[in-house]
Amino acid sequence: MIRINCPFCGFRDHSEFTYGGDASIVFPDLDASSEAWIDAVFHRDNIDGVQRETWHHVHGCRMWVVVTRDTVTHEISAVEPAHQGIKLVLEAMTGLSSSDEDQQP
Amino acid sequence: MTGRRVSTGGLIDRERSLEFSWNGERLEGFGGDTLASALLANGKSVVGRSFKYHRPRGVMSAGVEESGALVTLGRAEWSDANVRATTQELYDGLVAKGQNAWPSVEFDLGSVNNLFGRFLAAGFYYKTFMGIPPLEWGTGTGAWMWYEKFIRKAAGMGRASRLPDPDKYEHAHDYCDVLVVGSGPAGEAAAIAAADKGLDVVLVEQDSMLGGDNLVVDTSQSPVSRLAHLESQGIRVMTRTTAFGIYDNLVVGLLERISDHLTDPPTYLPRQRFWTLRPRFIVLATGAIERHLAFGNNDRPGVMTAMAGRAYLNRFGVLVGDKVVVATTNDSAYEVAVDLHHAGAVVSLLDARAQVSSILTDVVQSIGIDLHLASAPLDIKGRRAVRRLLIAKSDGSSWRQAFSKECDSVLVSGGWSPVINLLSHRGVRPIWHRDNACFLAGPTDEFITVAGAAAGIWTKAGCIKSGENAGNIASSAINEKSLYKLSPTSIENSSWSNPIMPLYEIRESNKKLKSFVDFQHDVSAEDVRLAHREGYISVEHLKRYTTLGMATDGGKMGNVIGLALMAEAAGKEIPDIGATVFRPPYTPVSIGALSGRSTGKYFRPLRRTSLHNWNIAHGAVMVETGLWQRPWYYPQPGETLSEAYVREAETTRHSVGLCDVTSLGKISVQGPDASEFLNRIYTNPFAKLPIGKARYGIMLRDDGVVMDDGTTWRLTETDYFMTTTTAHAAQVMAWLEELLQTRWSDLRVHVTSVSDAWAGIAVAGPQSRAVLESNVDNTEDISNENFPFMGVREILLKDGTQCRIARISFSGELAYEVYVPADFGPHVMEKLWTTAKNFGGCLYGLEALGTLRIEKGHVTGAELDGRVTLEDAALGKMASPNKSFIGSTLSRRSELLREDRPQLVGIFPKDRMATFNAGSILKGATSVVECGDGWITAVTHSPELGHWIGIGFISGGRRAWLDKQVFSSDPVRNMDVEVEIVSPHMVDPDGVRLHG
Repeated sequence: MIRINCPFCGFRDHSEFTYGGDASIVFPDLDASSEAWIDAVFHRDNIDGVQRETWHHVHGCRMWVVVTRDTVTHEISAVEPAHQGIKLVLEAMTGLSSSDEDQQP
Repeated sequence: MTGRRVSTGGLIDRERSLEFSWNGERLEGFGGDTLASALLANGKSVVGRSFKYHRPRGVMSAGVEESGALVTLGRAEWSDANVRATTQELYDGLVAKGQNAWPSVEFDLGSVNNLFGRFLAAGFYYKTFMGIPPLEWGTGTGAWMWYEKFIRKAAGMGRASRLPDPDKYEHAHDYCDVLVVGSGPAGEAAAIAAADKGLDVVLVEQDSMLGGDNLVVDTSQSPVSRLAHLESQGIRVMTRTTAFGIYDNLVVGLLERISDHLTDPPTYLPRQRFWTLRPRFIVLATGAIERHLAFGNNDRPGVMTAMAGRAYLNRFGVLVGDKVVVATTNDSAYEVAVDLHHAGAVVSLLDARAQVSSILTDVVQSIGIDLHLASAPLDIKGRRAVRRLLIAKSDGSSWRQAFSKECDSVLVSGGWSPVINLLSHRGVRPIWHRDNACFLAGPTDEFITVAGAAAGIWTKAGCIKSGENAGNIASSAINEKSLYKLSPTSIENSSWSNPIMPLYEIRESNKKLKSFVDFQHDVSAEDVRLAHREGYISVEHLKRYTTLGMATDGGKMGNVIGLALMAEAAGKEIPDIGATVFRPPYTPVSIGALSGRSTGKYFRPLRRTSLHNWNIAHGAVMVETGLWQRPWYYPQPGETLSEAYVREAETTRHSVGLCDVTSLGKISVQGPDASEFLNRIYTNPFAKLPIGKARYGIMLRDDGVVMDDGTTWRLTETDYFMTTTTAHAAQVMAWLEELLQTRWSDLRVHVTSVSDAWAGIAVAGPQSRAVLESNVDNTEDISNENFPFMGVREILLKDGTQCRIARISFSGELAYEVYVPADFGPHVMEKLWTTAKNFGGCLYGLEALGTLRIEKGHVTGAELDGRVTLEDAALGKMASPNKSFIGSTLSRRSELLREDRPQLVGIFPKDRMATFNAGSILKGATSVVECGDGWITAVTHSPELGHWIGIGFISGGRRAWLDKQVFSSDPVRNMDVEVEIVSPHMVDPDGVRLHG
């Protein structure tokens, strides 16, 4: 069972979360071209290694988080709020970025 | 073999006599016995029958690796199949019987299969019944379908009761610093060392008693005093608990057997408890399992591992035979021979090695044990018991039959396999250790270490030392958070004084013997060679073709032998063949324990609206829609479903009907940018929705397909109330959160699910306004001018209850949806119903709701199935041409705009008296070609039109089928009905009633 260090709740089992998708995707403007949208919605890299992905703490604080995970070992190296504003506030409060924190449960 | 109880010794309680039943016979054992030890003490040797050949099988081990003594425990709904008699504790009143045999395990008619053994070799099923490609490609399966049930009856193990499990199970969670698995010398030392460092230690032991090997080798300290000592160190000890799997991030699955050993467990106790434990470090002191050897008839009752023979004597006070041959490839069996000799057995010892140091040989020979070097078992004579052992001598390169010995049991030690299964679960590949002839754990940087025999350490002193090391490693890994890596550590005096001989099979060249490798699945040495000859090179393929290692023991006894034979056949070394991966669980886990309390309604909880009891009290018949219980219909005395819903729909259209719509999803959307947010997610314009107005909206997914629909009401400048469909409420909420947090962090919007906060009541029909008027002080509030179609108002009822009302309609009639705080639901419903009754109104349920919406061609989840676009659903005009919204770009993909896509239509039967079914296929031709031309999503009898109607999708929509014959085809119920394709808006297409 993967355990995710939710920035708001602490270490929680992955069964409290739902998987979102590739967090590296930058969704285009709503009026962007069909090609840009097809690329964002359908084209994915099948990464063998570290990838950034979104998870929803749906049975917890209901926050979306960005998890940096090794797809081979499931090792998680960082968990950050997906919301940019909240991320900045949290970093200001704790004085460090969440990727610096010790990830060992 | 005829086992018997010796007069003294063992860890059994001779004062506590236990009565149990074996195949209907009443037998006695003692407290501390396992079922296997009690059966042996009673002289029962044949206790099972094998999987394919129905060969008689006896007790083969004294532990979890047991492959012979598999029995069915309990009766009727309590019956539990494939229980290992070697681990089942005896209790008073235990009922057990043999399995896979008729009429009994002693005399089994199925054993004729043994005569046809050459036809039942590896791959038998595939070759015979699956068809031989390419000639019989696809044709063989027909024969398989026919024969399968006969074969399945003849082959197999115990049977499930097929009755619901009467026992209770629990799930529990826990944390600790260090988990130690196993309570033998290494585990005990590791736990104490870690606890000394101030760590919170959990020690789990699958056995009922602590001690591991000590229970067999050194019974001087009682398990009870071990427990007291460990607990005095603050160690949390769990016996009867198996660590069956290790998962990502060091999450460990434990199965605790709470009452499997109790005669009459208290009802408050669960049968088993499933623990999810999250330790910070794991010490595996899981020991090693003694290996068998492959030789002729090595599965006969009376053949068991050497350690098992010693365990039955020293722990259970049972001597397994009077004339015993101990056969070994290593030093470990010498002590077995000595112990059995002292207990009064006549013991012969065969050592496959030609040279052994005199220190060892003197020990046995000085007490008169008959020792033969360079000797090994070759074949056994005797069917249901061992009568004679043929013995082979080695000349250094091959084995040749030399002499034979009369005996009643054969105790075998073919070496030891460290239990590294749990590391295998983490993907750690085992590494072959040539000197010890076994697999050891490979490197890993997870916080796991291995101690004792599990690490290939064979001496007790070495095990204790390695346990202490492991405890210290755990402490430094946790406290210093040091980068840790598991790698072999060398421990002095950890191995035997004489090297093991790597021997797996004894046979004479060119002679075929019935030598078993995997006992449970009847896989023989010849099967392994046959698989090799037929080209199965990969060990994973060998496993699947022969089923080696795929029985309930998971290959604990046979895998290494199978690999060794495969390597020999291929002319390779074992490391070059590779090893199969052990997967969880280590020992079987009951399905009941996995599900815990999550069964029936606890697995799939009911959701009830706050009006639930009110609905029931007013005669509602309920129906499950997803998790929700909703009123289906409200029958009057003697009324059927069809009569009731037609009456309800008719009454609603002509006077007024009330319906509980509480289950709709409700989301509060608040913030300065709420309008902008809604404008982006809905296809139609929301930017300029006036305060006090509602609007019907549709959301698409990114790919342009419809996700959900509902109405959203503007309450204030910055406050909106959104409703969703019942089915998609949770999905829409998660989607809005995703958009706001991952894509549009700049939008100042907050969403809150308020589904449970509000009760909702639809008041529909021409008299609906009158019903509301009767319940408010100021009727002007309700007038058509002050409260027009799509208006939203906060209104006080006469008794002061505040309601949030929108004039919106799903039925197509003049209608309102009244929302009140959930707890006020029944009260307000009662008020409205009291008035509605006076207007001849009715309560209506989901069935009538369906009728009303089908008549209007309104879509629901049945139509919006995740494949349908706005145009498909005849909602094309809901897409604003003046703005971009989620899905707008991809909804214009050419494939989604094709004219021949299935489009929403209404359906009438050509013969207006005819009926037809939802789920039917629509087709133009007389026979269905591929998937037909369309499908029907919903049908109903329309009281308004006086005949059956339906809605569905057909290729090209209504225009493509004008003046063409169309049939509703239901191949399952063999019903073809000619239909007419009409507009989906079948009643009041211009919406006159809405605005009335």
